[in-house]
Amino acid sequence: MKIAVVDYGAGNLPSVERALLKLGAETERAVGPRQVEAAQAIVLPGVGHFTAFVRGLRERNLTGALRAAFDARKPMLGICLGLQAMFASSEEAPGDAGLGFFPEQVRALPTTVKSPHIGWNQLRQTRQSSLLRGVPDDAYFYFAHSFALPASAEPTVAACDHGFSFAAVIEHGSLRGVQFHPEKSGETGAQVLRNFLESIE
Amino acid sequence: MTLARRIIPCLDVDAGRVVKGIEFEGLRDMGDPAELAARYNREGADELVMLDISASVEGRGTFLDTIHRVAEQLNIPLTAGGGIRKMEEGRAVLRAGADKVTVNTAAVERPGLIAELSQQFGAQAVVLSLDVKRKGDSWEAYTRGGRDATGLDAAKWAAEAVSRGAGEILLTSIDRDGTCSGFDCELTAKIAQTVPVPVIASGGASTFEDFLAVFTGGQADAALAASIFHQETRSIAAMKKFLADRGVPIRLSR
Repeated sequence: MKIAVVDYGAGNLPSVERALLKLGAETERAVGPRQVEAAQAIVLPGVGHFTAFVRGLRERNLTGALRAAFDARKPMLGICLGLQAMFASSEEAPGDAGLGFFPEQVRALPTTVKSPHIGWNQLRQTRQSSLLRGVPDDAYFYFAHSFALPASAEPTVAACDHGFSFAAVIEHGSLRGVQFHPEKSGETGAQVLRNFLESIE
Repeated sequence: MTLARRIIPCLDVDAGRVVKGIEFEGLRDMGDPAELAARYNREGADELVMLDISASVEGRGTFLDTIHRVAEQLNIPLTAGGGIRKMEEGRAVLRAGADKVTVNTAAVERPGLIAELSQQFGAQAVVLSLDVKRKGDSWEAYTRGGRDATGLDAAKWAAEAVSRGAGEILLTSIDRDGTCSGFDCELTAKIAQTVPVPVIASGGASTFEDFLAVFTGGQADAALAASIFHQETRSIAAMKKFLADRGVPIRLSR
C-alpha cells in the first residue's frame, strides 16, 4: 500500500517513514500534488510554526491537492501540526489560512501551565475511535506542542488536558488526526499507526 | 490524566563512541551508541539525549552519522547537540533524525541563534543547555563544557533564552556532575520556578532516591543521567517502578 508522506520542507520525516515501514507500509515523499493524487492514503506530519507549514504546502501546490483528497474521502492522518493545519486557522499565525477542513481555530496553551506541553500524557476517550482500538485506557503518548485545538471541536474523539481540554485524536469519515507523535510514542504509538493502516484497506 | 515525569538517559559521544569522563584518566569507552540506544528504548526510557563532546574536528564529522544510527533504533524522542553554532547546523542535526537540538556556548555568544532555530523549527525543538556553578546565593552560567564562566546569572539567562524561543532547559550542575551526591534540587527548583518551560535536571544522580528528590522538592519535569544507566547498575524499569510506587506520575511500559 502506497502512503504519501507530505514533505513541506521541515520536520523529521524519517522517523514517521521508518515507523510506517516497520508496519509494512510503502511510503513516498509528497513534494507536489502528483504524489498526493497517486497515493492510497496520506500522512501529514508537521512540526514547527503554523506559517512555515501552510506556506510550505502552498509553495508546493499541495494545498489544493490535499483539499481535493479530503473531498474525495481519501484516508488522511495529520500528526501534531499536521492535525492543526486541518482547521481554519491558528492563533499562532492569525493571518494564515489552514486547510479549512473544519471551521475551528487552534488556540495557544494558556500561560497557567508550562508551554510547550512536552512529554508523555494520557488521553480521555470521548467517542468511539478507530485509531485507539486495542490501546489501553491509561496508555501514554508523547506530546510536544504549544498550540492545540479545543476539545469541543466536532471531530474530537479523545481529549487531553494541559491548561485546557484539547483534541488529542480527531476522526471524521476517512480523516484522522493526532496531536501527539505516534512515531515517538513507543508500542502504543505503533498501535495507532497500525490502526490507521488497517482503516485504509 | 497527568503529564508524566521523564527519565532520560544521556549518551556523551566522542568520535562515534559513547564515552565517560574519568578524573585524571581522560575518557573511558562505554560502548556503541546505537546498541545503548536500542537497550534504553527497550527498557522504557522516555527520551534520549545525545551530546557531541568530541574535541577534534574528525570526531565532529561522525556526529551526524551517529545521530542517524541512533535514531534508527528509537521509537521515543531524541535530543542531540554539542557545539552547534549556526541555524544550518541545527537543521542538519534535525534532518539526521533528532527531534530537538541543544545549544549552549554559541547561544551565550549570540542569543539570536535561539530565535532563529525556534522560528524555523518551533520552540519544542530548541533546548537550552545550561551548565551552572554555584556562586554564593545564586548560580552562574558556564560555556565550553563548563570551562568558561560567562558572568551571567543562570536564572536570568534561562528566562532570557525562553523569551527568545527556547522550549526546554537542560540544566546541569557542574558542582554535582560526576560526584554521585545527588541532583542539586535547590538549583532545579529555582530554575523551574523562574521559567514557564519544562526543566530537565542533570548532574550528580546516583540512586533512585536522588530521582525521587528532584521530582518532588526539585520540581523537575525530567531527570537525566548517563553512567549509572550505561553500567547497568540501575535499570530504568526498576527506577520507574520505584518512583511510581511513591506517587510520582511515571509512564510504565507495557
